[in-house]
Amino acid sequence: MRRVGDAPAVRGLLILAAVLLSALFLLLPLVAIFAQALSSGVMVFWENVSNVYTLHAIGLTLLIALMTIPVCLVFGVALAWLVTRFRFPGRRILQTLIDIPFAVSPVVAGLVYLLLYGRNGWIGNFLDGYDIQLMFAWPGILMVTIFVTCPFVARELIPLMQAQGTREEEAAVTLGASGWTVFRRVTLPNIKWALLYGVILTNARAVGEFGAVSVVSGAIRGQTNTLPLHLEQLYQDYNAVGAFSSAALLALIALLTLATKAALQRRATRREAIL
Amino acid sequence: MKSLSFRQSGSARVLPGFGLSMGISVLFISLVLLLPITGLFGQLAGLSLAEYWSIVTEGRVVASYAVTLGAAAVAALINAAFGLLLAWVLVRYEFPGKQLLDALMDLPFALPTAVAGITLATLYASNGWMGRLLEPLGFQVAYTWVGIALAMAFTSIPFVVRTVQPVLEDLPAEIDEAAMSLGATDGVAFRRVIMPHLWPALVTGTGLAFVRSLGEFGAIIFIAGNMPYETEITALMIFVRLQEYDYAGASAIASVVLFTSLALLLAINVWQGRFVRRLHGGNS
Repeated sequence: MRRVGDAPAVRGLLILAAVLLSALFLLLPLVAIFAQALSSGVMVFWENVSNVYTLHAIGLTLLIALMTIPVCLVFGVALAWLVTRFRFPGRRILQTLIDIPFAVSPVVAGLVYLLLYGRNGWIGNFLDGYDIQLMFAWPGILMVTIFVTCPFVARELIPLMQAQGTREEEAAVTLGASGWTVFRRVTLPNIKWALLYGVILTNARAVGEFGAVSVVSGAIRGQTNTLPLHLEQLYQDYNAVGAFSSAALLALIALLTLATKAALQRRATRREAIL
Repeated sequence: MKSLSFRQSGSARVLPGFGLSMGISVLFISLVLLLPITGLFGQLAGLSLAEYWSIVTEGRVVASYAVTLGAAAVAALINAAFGLLLAWVLVRYEFPGKQLLDALMDLPFALPTAVAGITLATLYASNGWMGRLLEPLGFQVAYTWVGIALAMAFTSIPFVVRTVQPVLEDLPAEIDEAAMSLGATDGVAFRRVIMPHLWPALVTGTGLAFVRSLGEFGAIIFIAGNMPYETEITALMIFVRLQEYDYAGASAIASVVLFTSLALLLAINVWQGRFVRRLHGGNS
């Protein structure tokens, strides 16, 4: 039976408009990143990527992401377990609070950490007495990165665990399984793909965070420069090829993120088809 | 839902881990999300009301509110139209390359904002691929207000597409088939039958895109030109104050941004909650 927009002319026109606009606004920038990075040849790209400051920025960026992921993982699983497996007063409030990082501007996020942990803040001032400096050093970068990325794992898990319900876990407990066993043998197999996607989103945001990190990092070349800050400096120094070489590396991570999502989605639809 | 709450209330809790997960969650939320925000209040407490008012109403700062709000509104409207079109095409039609198009929709979330920023600035500069085409026609995008709106629109595209898409997928085929078989034209059926189901998701998605645009920084500063009074966004004002070591000024402006976005987020949540309740007959 005919549905709205089924007429061939309407259909063709809408598809054409969607494809053209997406190509212009989304695909063209993506192509431009790689075209700019390779505009002086592969050798120059390689020289830019293997430059000592770029390598340091890559190392720091990966280190921050590697430390952020386990923290977000533990928090995300704990929060998802709490709000989907139990009912208690304040449950809704917890679920709303977790959205704060999405609403707060990254610059404001960086600022509030700087105010508290910087030399003028009360915690920063206290730690300064012991010669511990968090801001304008890697711990500060790590702290704001955790702030901006912490909702991702929880946000992926909560709807899934809500939909799956508690019956399987309750059965396991009734049969005498310990809490850890229930989680490892019953819950984990059910949520592993959502968990993986949450981790990949966390990673994508952690390696790419710019606003919050630029407030607390100080961007010292070879010390506190992450890859996004490094490419900003190169760009401001009119080294476009250098900037886009770093940008291309980050774009590759983004493409990997998209590919993983597409693969996981296909897996989910296939499983639905079988069931 | 009711039976669940009954079963799990009080001592009848079957599943373990309540204390542990509650402990981790509350500790984390307090330390990571709430404690730092108290630092902002501490800083603000050092200001008198008159000082606070004069900082947040200074000419250059007010100009930055206008630039940010105006560009974010334009970006949100562009996204409402673009997002609706894309969601419709992705749900209703089959065509080669559809999965690729679907995957492409998430690019703005996956791509670091600074990368988007330098790429858009390069594309739309007068010697860039797009700038070379547009400038002879009289359209200046880079280093103007239009560039800011463009960067905001780019970073918030997924919000509308991804909120409208699932609603459109769940819409039963019968409702528009019925309208069509009763002789409605495409336009009438879309406006009178389909839109009433879509607009809550459309408004939510557009609202989220707007909130995101208000706080966006990395994607904008490269293309904005950052001229005081003209192309300076509020997030950059905070950054400028910080570089002048004017922590009080930065905090005052930041508090305006923070409260605006939290209030908007709350409004979206409450509005959405009320709508969902109405849909489910008040039983949710």
